[in-house]
Amino acid sequence: MSLPREQLKRTLSGRKRFDRLSYLVFLSSTSVGIVVLCTLLIDVLINGIGWLNWDFLTNYPSRRPANAGIKSAFFGTIWMITLTAPIAFVLGVGTAIYLEEYAKKNWFTRFIQVNISNLAGVPSIVFGILGLTLFVRGMGLGRSILAGAFTMALLILPIIVVASQEALKSIPQELRHASYALGGTKWQTIRRIVLPAALPGILTGNILALSRAIGETAPLIMIGALTFVAFTPSSPLDQFTVMPIQIFNWISRPQEDFQYVAAAGIIVLLAMLLTMNALAIYLRNKFQHKF
Amino acid sequence: MVSVRSELKAMSHSPNKKVISQSVREQIKANRSNSFKIGRVTEWVVPKLLLVCASLSILVTFGIIYTLLKETVTFFGQVSIIEFVTGTQWTPLFQPQRFGVLPLVAGSVLVALIASIVAIPIGLASAIFLSEYAPDRVRRVIKPILEVLAGVPTIVYGFFALSFVTPLLRVFIPDLGLFNALSAGIVVGIMIIPMVASLSEDAMTAVPRSIREGAYALGATRLEVALKVVVPAAFSGIIASFVLAISRAIGETMIVTIAAGAMPNFTFNPVEPVQTLTAYIVQVSLGDTPFGSIEYYTIYAVGMTLFVLTFVMNMIASWLSRRFKEDY
Repeated sequence: MSLPREQLKRTLSGRKRFDRLSYLVFLSSTSVGIVVLCTLLIDVLINGIGWLNWDFLTNYPSRRPANAGIKSAFFGTIWMITLTAPIAFVLGVGTAIYLEEYAKKNWFTRFIQVNISNLAGVPSIVFGILGLTLFVRGMGLGRSILAGAFTMALLILPIIVVASQEALKSIPQELRHASYALGGTKWQTIRRIVLPAALPGILTGNILALSRAIGETAPLIMIGALTFVAFTPSSPLDQFTVMPIQIFNWISRPQEDFQYVAAAGIIVLLAMLLTMNALAIYLRNKFQHKF
Repeated sequence: MVSVRSELKAMSHSPNKKVISQSVREQIKANRSNSFKIGRVTEWVVPKLLLVCASLSILVTFGIIYTLLKETVTFFGQVSIIEFVTGTQWTPLFQPQRFGVLPLVAGSVLVALIASIVAIPIGLASAIFLSEYAPDRVRRVIKPILEVLAGVPTIVYGFFALSFVTPLLRVFIPDLGLFNALSAGIVVGIMIIPMVASLSEDAMTAVPRSIREGAYALGATRLEVALKVVVPAAFSGIIASFVLAISRAIGETMIVTIAAGAMPNFTFNPVEPVQTLTAYIVQVSLGDTPFGSIEYYTIYAVGMTLFVLTFVMNMIASWLSRRFKEDY
C-alpha cells in the first residue's frame, strides 16, 4: 500500500516542478511582445529625437536631410482624416444600425455579415487597387485627397461596423421596451434612446479605426499619393502626401541621415496615434455604464 | 367633452390658456396629426437608407472582385495562364519579360513561414498565460499593451526591421545582406503575435469552467489542465487564429517592401532577398508604368492571386472557428 503512494509523491513533485517551470516559460513568452515594443520605441527615440525640432515640424520636405520637414505630410494626414471620418462614420454606423435594429434573420442579413468579416481580412493593398481603379480612374477624381479618403473609408468600414454592432448589442432590450411603452416609434427609440447610450462605444471604435487609417501606407501609395509635396493642400481635389508615405520615402533613401529624419517622422506619427488611443480609452472609461 | 371645452373657453382669460384649453389626450392627438406625416415618412425612409449603407459593403466586395477579374482577364489575353502559374521567373519590368508568378508566391510564403515560426509559439504561450495563469489584475495590464503592439503602423515595423533587427542578425550571420527574408519575416511575426494571442485566448476562455474543474478534481496540475484539457478543447479556434494570422502575414505590405528587398527570387533560403506579391504591387505603383501596358496589368493579376490566397485562408479560418463554437 505504501509503494504506490511513494511513487505518486515522487511523480507529483516532478509534475509540480514542471508546472512551476511552465509558468516561467509562458510568462517570458508573454513578455516578448512587451520587450519588443519597448525596444522598438527606444530604437526610434534614439534615432529620431535629435532631429525632432520646430524646424522639422514647420519645414516642407527637402533634398537635404538637415532641412527636411514634415509639414505637408502632417497637413495631408489631417485633411485625409477629416474627409475619411464622416464618410466612414455614416456608412459604418448606418450598416451597424441596420444589422442590429432592423434586419430580419434571413440569408441576406447573414450574407452581409459574412461579407463584412471577409472584407476585414482583405489585404489593404487590394483596397488600394480598388481605389486606383474605381476612384482615381473610374470616377476621375485623380490622385486627390478625396480619392484617398474614399479608399481609406472603405478600408476601415469593417472595423467600424463590427465595433458599432458590439456597442449596439450591449444596450439592453429593457431600454427599448420602455421607449416603446411610452409610444415611441422604432426610429424615435433608436435615435433618442439607443444611439445616445451606445455612442461612447461607437466613438471608441471609430477613433481606433481612424488611428488605423492614419498608419496605413500601402493603399495610398497605390492610389498615387505623392512622395514629394512642397505645399499644403487647399481643397479635397488637391494632390497630397501623408505621414507614413513621407516616412517611407525617407526610409528608402540611400543617405544615412535620412534614416534619422525618418525616425523623427515616426515619433510624430506615434505621438499622434498614442493621443488618439488615449482619447479612445478615456471615452470608453468615462462613459462606460453598466446596465 | 363639449361641455368641458365650453367651460375651458370661459376660462380663456387665464394666462396659461393654451395648456389648460386641451386635455392631455387632445394634446397628444394634436401633436400627432402635426407630426404624423413626417413621422410616418421617416419611419419608412430610415430603414431603406440604412439598408443602402449595409448593401454598400457587398458592393465593395463585388467591386473588388469585378475590377480584379476584368483586368486579370485582359492580362491573360496577352500572357498564357500556364506560364503565369508554373513559371519560375518574374521579370515583367525588364527585357526579356517573364511572367511566372511562383517567385513572388515563394517570397510571400517564405516570409509568412518565418513569421509563423516566430508568432505561433509566442502567441500561443501568451494566450495560455493570459487565459490560464494570469490573475485578472495582470491580464488587465498586459492585454492593452499587446493591443498597442497590434496598433503600431507597419511602416514603423519596417523601419524597425531595417534599423534594429537586421544589424542585430548580422552579429550572428555576418554575411547577411541589408535586405533579406529573415528579418522581414521575424518582424512580420512580431506584428501578428497580438492577433494569435488574443484570438487563441478568446477560444480558450470560451472553454467552460466545469471541464477545467473536472481535471483539477482528478489531481491535474495547472500545466496539465492547460495543455491536455483546454488547448485540445479549443483546438479548432486556436488553429483558426493561426490561419488568420498567416493570412495577415501574406497580405502584409510595408514591412516586406522595406526590409525584404525587391528581388523576385525563387528560393526558400531565408538570408536571401526576396520579393512578395504585395511588395511587387507597391514597386509597380511607385514607378511610372504607363496605363494600359502589360506591366500595368500585372498588378491586377498579382492582386488577384493575393486576393484568392488570402480569401481561401480566411474562409478556412472562419469555418474552423464556427466548428469550434458549435461544440458548446
